[in-house]
Amino acid sequence: MIATEKKVFARTPVLFPQITHYCPGCGHGIVHRLVAEALEHYGVQQRAVCVAPVGCSVLAYKYIAVDAVEAAHGRAPAVATGLKRARPDLFVFTYQGDGDLAAIGTAEIIHAANRGENISVVFVNNAVYGMTGGQMAPTTLLGQKTTTTPQGRSEVNEGPPVKVCELLASMDAPSYVARVTVNKPAAVRKARQAIITAFGRQVSGKGFSLVEVLSPCPTYWRLPPPKAMEAVENWMMKTFPLGVFKNKEAADAKIAQS
Amino acid sequence: MSKPNRVLMSGNDAVVEGAIRGGVDCYFGYPITPQNEVIAGMAARLPPLGKVFLQSESELAAISMVHGAAAAGKRAMTTSSSPGISLMQEGISYLAGSRLPAVIVNVQRGGPGLGNIAPAQGDYFQATRGGGNGDYQTIVLAPDSAQELMDFTAQAFDLAEQYRTPVLILSDGRLGQMMEPVELRDPPRRPPVPKPWALTGADGRPQQVVCSLHLPIPELAAHNRVLQAVYREIERREQRAESYHTSGAKLVFVAYGACARLCREAVDYLRKEGLAAGMLRPITLWPFPKKKLQTAVQSAAVLVVVEMSAGQMIEDVRLSVGDKLPIEFVGRTGGEAPTVKELIQFGRRLLKKYATSRRGRRR
Repeated sequence: MIATEKKVFARTPVLFPQITHYCPGCGHGIVHRLVAEALEHYGVQQRAVCVAPVGCSVLAYKYIAVDAVEAAHGRAPAVATGLKRARPDLFVFTYQGDGDLAAIGTAEIIHAANRGENISVVFVNNAVYGMTGGQMAPTTLLGQKTTTTPQGRSEVNEGPPVKVCELLASMDAPSYVARVTVNKPAAVRKARQAIITAFGRQVSGKGFSLVEVLSPCPTYWRLPPPKAMEAVENWMMKTFPLGVFKNKEAADAKIAQS
Repeated sequence: MSKPNRVLMSGNDAVVEGAIRGGVDCYFGYPITPQNEVIAGMAARLPPLGKVFLQSESELAAISMVHGAAAAGKRAMTTSSSPGISLMQEGISYLAGSRLPAVIVNVQRGGPGLGNIAPAQGDYFQATRGGGNGDYQTIVLAPDSAQELMDFTAQAFDLAEQYRTPVLILSDGRLGQMMEPVELRDPPRRPPVPKPWALTGADGRPQQVVCSLHLPIPELAAHNRVLQAVYREIERREQRAESYHTSGAKLVFVAYGACARLCREAVDYLRKEGLAAGMLRPITLWPFPKKKLQTAVQSAAVLVVVEMSAGQMIEDVRLSVGDKLPIEFVGRTGGEAPTVKELIQFGRRLLKKYATSRRGRRR
């Protein structure tokens, strides 16, 4: 018996049919797809502008088929602010790594979040500087060896890793702040949902949202890709727990019910 | 002719007026003295006009917000003063590399470092040599009155869009803070240019990317050739200067901005005494008005460069006239400026010296 064929997956046209430059086992490719699918979900790809960062995903616009502007290192939320204020009808999102967002761009992300800027931020945290060759990131874990922490990151010398979601969730303005990962299919499905929720906040004019995606970097974690996927869970998630850290809509709904 | 609509306003307020007349869409800025009247004026006047005003968290963010708004094809500007302009160099380099128009006003103050909040002209090198990383130039306009601050700010948007480059207006604490009559007028404008490069969403057209990144070597080399071709065109077409009594002048002051006002007064006094003094005032500092200076000094025996700096524009004067003429320098730093009296006395002495020298007679 031959069952009728059922289409269970189609490639989103919001991604260019192109092989990425990312290392084998890198999470960026998956996150790019989720972003593209979320854009398609709302049908905003024709009025979307991606603000590309400096870092491994500097060439994100080679893969995500929407208009794009490339910001200086860390300034993506400020560039996005300028764009969105100038053209509120555009769908504006930044795509940033941990060095870009949580080190050199700390001021820009904090203040964009605090203004409740109606933009969406996709924050890919892989706990290391990839493009420059494996240096310590603000999110590098304690004990993690990098080229600039050859003995491992120490709490005394470098301080503990920066927890962006926890930090932003302490502010009044952000609408949605969540941490997800892409280390296995179930996690990818949850990550997709989180990005869709985040983008929805902008579409409905609810303001700032950020989704942090824990992403493996097999190259600079010095692990084979499957081991890196496991390390996200066994190692990274101990410092960076998954979850929704801020959800204004849910909070508003609760207040309305009470 | 109708009566000119004249009002008393500060140079900083004139920038706000000029920006509105020039069609500014978005202003982003961060407080710093002595330009605070500009950011306050923008905050008061832009939102009622339906235009964007936003105070940023830093100058780095302000210029990046300009970057975003400019990428969307809007008329975007920021203002600051010297230390803040230093922070903006990152963004200005990106704007130049991304070929985005923008207007930036520097109300210069004393430096280096935090310096002080007094007027100075110590940012000439930074302004006229690109200022940030890489091979690029920005057009630099040097107004010398509140009127020109208004007119040039309005016109700067057209210039920026025509050449797709940031335009800097080099003001200073003295020009910014002083008050004088300004005629509220719409200065001559250039025809609007289409902006096919603007990011509007890839609706019915292929994806568009505004970037300064070109990883392949031949690609970046080609991009730089395009930039350089634009700069050569600007040099050919946009050199501007004011010649003040330079015809037949034995002594020619060369000064811009606030210093030009002092020199103009000194020239008037010296000419009343029958002495052949004149002034060449560069209006564009980049492109430097080389030809206009060369013409202005044809009868001169000596040049006097006057700056509120340790000597920056004097290098462009030397590059323009070579060693054909003696070039004297009067410079003050830290917020000081030469007095008109000093300039007159110095002018008298030099005219006496060079009127009898062989060099003076040769001309």
